[in-house]
Amino acid sequence: MKELTFGTLIAVFEEIFGRGLFWTMVALALLVTAAYLYVLIRDRAMSMRKFLWAQLSMPFGAILAVIFVQQMTHSGLRDIGGPIDVIVLLGVAVLGAVGSAILVYTVQSLLRPPRSGQNP
Amino acid sequence: MTGRDDFRPSRRGVLSFALAGAVTAGLGVRAAQASRIATKARIIIIGAGAGGTALANRLVQRLDGAQITLIDPRAQHLYQPGLSLVAAGLKPANYVVSKTTDWLPSGVTLIAEAAAAIDPLAKTVSTEKGQKLDYDFLVVAPGLVLDHGAIQGFSLDMVGKDGIGALYAGPEYAARTWQAASKFTEEGGIGLFARPETEMKCAGAPLKHTFLLDDIASRGGAKGKYEMHYTCPQTALFSVPIVAEKVRMLFAERGVATYYGHTLKSIDPGRKTARFETAAPDPATGEMVKSTTEMPYDYLHVIPPQRAPEVIRQSGLSWADKWTDQGWVECDMKTLRHLRYPEIFALGDVAGVPKGKTAASVKWQVPVIEDHLVAALQGREGTEIYDGYTSCPLITRVGRAMLVEFDYHNNLVPSFPGVIAPLEELWISWLMKEVALKATYNAMLRGRA
Repeated sequence: MKELTFGTLIAVFEEIFGRGLFWTMVALALLVTAAYLYVLIRDRAMSMRKFLWAQLSMPFGAILAVIFVQQMTHSGLRDIGGPIDVIVLLGVAVLGAVGSAILVYTVQSLLRPPRSGQNP
Repeated sequence: MTGRDDFRPSRRGVLSFALAGAVTAGLGVRAAQASRIATKARIIIIGAGAGGTALANRLVQRLDGAQITLIDPRAQHLYQPGLSLVAAGLKPANYVVSKTTDWLPSGVTLIAEAAAAIDPLAKTVSTEKGQKLDYDFLVVAPGLVLDHGAIQGFSLDMVGKDGIGALYAGPEYAARTWQAASKFTEEGGIGLFARPETEMKCAGAPLKHTFLLDDIASRGGAKGKYEMHYTCPQTALFSVPIVAEKVRMLFAERGVATYYGHTLKSIDPGRKTARFETAAPDPATGEMVKSTTEMPYDYLHVIPPQRAPEVIRQSGLSWADKWTDQGWVECDMKTLRHLRYPEIFALGDVAGVPKGKTAASVKWQVPVIEDHLVAALQGREGTEIYDGYTSCPLITRVGRAMLVEFDYHNNLVPSFPGVIAPLEELWISWLMKEVALKATYNAMLRGRA
């Protein structure tokens, strides 16, 4: 690769998913993140009960993300060939875990906002 | 819990990050537009493949008022790095196909005809339908031609039947190659793989096809019932010695028998045999002794000799003393500028340089030609240098590849030293080939990478 700038990276992602889908996904990710920040600020607290469910969803998110990437790329665990591969695999898993945790927490908070005065 | 409402910093952080991004993006656009050069130059690019298209897009961004004309009869644009994946059943044929016009910027003219003649003295290009165009600068990027006729007994209509494959010939032939190859990976037998004695595009492709079929056969119905035989006219498996050694070790590990000094000359599809011209040093005198030999096959992969298009060879642009049977354009290996006609550049497969018949090379050649062409318009000398950069995600099985990058000097020039080892079979290198490469290629076509 000649140069890896932020612009090149955006161009590459646009090409992988198509311009429409990529920016839709970015918009969705931003929307979920914004909703997450919104419920945190609105509630002025983290609900440990909701956070527990969010944490419980993390392993599933991690595994689903890894399976998704492997399915999309005709590959499997046997293809892990070196340290960088393990790092990439863990990175995908972490992204899936964090993504699912944020999603699960936000959805719960939006559906069941805490009643005022209730101890979260 | 305490500190529950400490989220304002992140809100501010998000905002400032977004702002920084917007500012950076804006600056980039302004910088590019500020350096546009007003010119009335007539620039002709023969060929709207990877090289011609990428260069046209970049020139449009750099020049204001230039007359840029592309000459190419092909309505289809082919993403050729994908052909290996099509021929292994991993992608459909349409994965590599798009329209030539999809990638061209507004403000350029496409003449959908073949170039018939180039007169470098009068500075004109004639098309097959008789148009005659004058140029101030000419970039020849027509690609190369596959000389299938050079293999006696072979014709393209055989591809896909009776165990014959030829993935270079295009998306349909690559898909038909998989029809023949998949039969081999299910039923087994003798797989025979060849490559030509001429320069060729992507010298890694014959190796990839061998590795992929071996992997698929070893997991399919042919497991334990097949043999792999790899032949090449050269004395090594790859032009870069350190890579050749690595491939030699991998072939030994996988049980792929290797035959050096074997040039495919003819095939007999009825008897399922291929005839090779062989060259081997005489043990006593050390002289090369030529002979012929026949080898049987159940699956044969044919890659024909490759040459510059006829229009290039007829126009007197080729080297007179090098590659005389192939006709590659005589040009400076660092600037790609023609050695006798400074207003002509050679780009991509057709360039007469020791390495670089890949899309990755084109990516590095385009900015060099752009620099020297724009500099010439401004009456100065360009400074960019092409040092032979070539990249080959050398697939070693479904799910793994080696990200081999090298230059004219046979040095490895890894893009990610210490992170992605060039001679290790890695999943990440496979991911690059399968997912990121086409995206990078398309970004390059648009002049953005």
